[in-house]
Amino acid sequence: MKFSFDEEQHQFASALDDLLSDADVPAVTRAWISGDRSPGLELWERLAELGVAGLTVPEAAGGSGAGPVDLAVAAESLGRHCVPGPWIESVAVVPALLAGTPYEELLGGIAKGTARVTLAAPPVTPYAVDAEAATHVVLARDDGLATATPGPGHGSLDPSRTLHPVTAAEQPSPLPEDALECALDQGALACAAALVGSGDRMLALTTAYAGQRHQFGRAIGEYQAVKHELADVKVGLDFARPLVLGAARELAAGSPTARRTVSAAKVTASTAAHRAARTALQVHGAIGYTREHDLSLWLLRSRALIGAWGTPAHHRGRVLDDLTRT
Amino acid sequence: MTPASAGVSGALEFTEQEQAFRAEARAWLAQHHPGRLPSMDTEEGARAHREWERTLANGRWSVVAWPAEFGGRDASLAEWVVFEEEYYRSGAPTRIAQNGISLLAPIVFAHGTPEQQQRILPAMAGGTEVWAQAWSEPEAGSDLAGIRSHAVRDDTRGGWVLNGQKIWSSRAPFADRGFGLFRTDPGAERHRGLTYFLFPLDASGITVRPIEQLDGNTGFAEIFVDDVFVPDSDVLGTVGDGWRVAMSTAGNERGLSLRAPGRFCAAAERLLDLWQERGAAAPHLRDRVADAWIGAEAYRYYTWGVVDRLQRGGDVGADGSVNKLFWSQLDVDLHETALDLLGPEAELCGRWTDDYLFSLGGPIYAGTNEIQRNIVAERLLGLPRGDNGRARR
Repeated sequence: MKFSFDEEQHQFASALDDLLSDADVPAVTRAWISGDRSPGLELWERLAELGVAGLTVPEAAGGSGAGPVDLAVAAESLGRHCVPGPWIESVAVVPALLAGTPYEELLGGIAKGTARVTLAAPPVTPYAVDAEAATHVVLARDDGLATATPGPGHGSLDPSRTLHPVTAAEQPSPLPEDALECALDQGALACAAALVGSGDRMLALTTAYAGQRHQFGRAIGEYQAVKHELADVKVGLDFARPLVLGAARELAAGSPTARRTVSAAKVTASTAAHRAARTALQVHGAIGYTREHDLSLWLLRSRALIGAWGTPAHHRGRVLDDLTRT
Repeated sequence: MTPASAGVSGALEFTEQEQAFRAEARAWLAQHHPGRLPSMDTEEGARAHREWERTLANGRWSVVAWPAEFGGRDASLAEWVVFEEEYYRSGAPTRIAQNGISLLAPIVFAHGTPEQQQRILPAMAGGTEVWAQAWSEPEAGSDLAGIRSHAVRDDTRGGWVLNGQKIWSSRAPFADRGFGLFRTDPGAERHRGLTYFLFPLDASGITVRPIEQLDGNTGFAEIFVDDVFVPDSDVLGTVGDGWRVAMSTAGNERGLSLRAPGRFCAAAERLLDLWQERGAAAPHLRDRVADAWIGAEAYRYYTWGVVDRLQRGGDVGADGSVNKLFWSQLDVDLHETALDLLGPEAELCGRWTDDYLFSLGGPIYAGTNEIQRNIVAERLLGLPRGDNGRARR
């Protein structure tokens, strides 16, 4: 029996973590929030050089064709470092939609990092995120795929995200059967992995803070009320991670139960990240309730991702529908 | 519907040997298991469960992971989990031999003499000797190092004379023998000066007082120990080293062995059947039903992740506490959901009420969940120890 990452995936994860640890991503994200996207786009290029952008692009089209497990590895790392931009959309979702459509030639640019594609896919994803930082905006619906015109952006509760309503700019081209479902699955998987990464970082930040912050003459991490909350965060994340890996491997293997396992992973990762965020805020106290503190980046990102690419309610429904299908 | 524990799922790469092992276990269990038996914590049920242990042993399925010379199949860790999946999937009864197999046997393998191994293990595997644990005392629960029961050296007879009182001893009312810690060095405090003893429950000087549990059955008992002589051959490990010896079982109980994923996956499947029967009348319970099933699936993948890590030379250590926190909460939530689905009929005695009451013990035994959270916070997250978990004098 084998159920773990292989050596190459471990190396990929650590190369990615090294790059992002050195990149001062919180500063990149803060620039992104203030409207200066150039450090973020530069980071996008460097991630593309490492192969992140082309993970789900077939080799023939210029990607690595590495697939869902490597996608999960990358997404967890991008979530852990809170990388800004429409990378779930461009890396995980869009490539699965393009094969066999008039937009197929975009795949090469996506893999190279020169094309950044965002999309709306209503009803699950009604807005296109970060359209002004994208080179292309598309709309994916049951009746097909179309280039889209983004409307004015709405602010998100995560200030690093901007949400755009979109309208089709042309007659949609029909999508191959299952392409939309498959794209949504990859989006949900990447989102789940990013939530695990984000939760993991919030736990680390909070554990460190609880060890340093002293009140009543002792570190607040000595109090059981704090310890027990953090222990529960750890339990949630430790049980979400294998389910994300299981979902990725099932998708890669074309397992008939892959769809519901992806949904199970998204639900579990959302619950775990939510718990991590709530605990992180409570343990940090007032300083956690500021934008000054970097915790706010993960706190708000994770809340946005919980509802992205299928809400927990949507995915719970998918799990039960699949299990009770006759 | 595909059972959660169906096996090869695409994500787990089972070897051909593991798949053949699964098929063999599945076929044997389907043919031999007796279905649900009366509670093993009743006289009638205990007899029926012992009979089932003997049937398992005859098929060499009672202790698959043990060496063949003691009644096992030399099964790998992965094969053991496969067996557990198939066992619970088949609907076979709970195991009266469980405490002996998962708590005592690992210690006998690690610390027992060859004579002890020959005397204890085959009888345990064959279902002829059922063991009860005797850890807690009235003043030593979560704080197990507060043990007061003691043993005094008897050189003339070549052994020890035990005195004291044990409590919450699972299976004791219908078991044959007990195992537990006694203080052999009266001057030593806390974890020091303890020794691991084995003793017959029908010995002169032993009184077993069964205690009625929440479910009405006598699943555990109080054991009064008055001048009970135990020969040196029933000391497990070194005299005075009992704490270290015992802790290897505590880790085991909290870890993989006591709660294999098959049990929760099977319960989640039954919950789904109930949902299909009754869900239309209680649509507001949808999310909880989904979460119970998802929790069982998360537990299954988590377990295979641990197996993979152990196969590659890792260890469980304090992660056993993460595991225990998860399954014990999942078990309660799953059964609460079932009772809520049953509505006003939930209180009618049956499988769901039995299993619900059983689940309520999970957050308490094998180290309460509060103790487990301290372990996770201090040993895995590295938070400062503070003064919890230390004796106040």
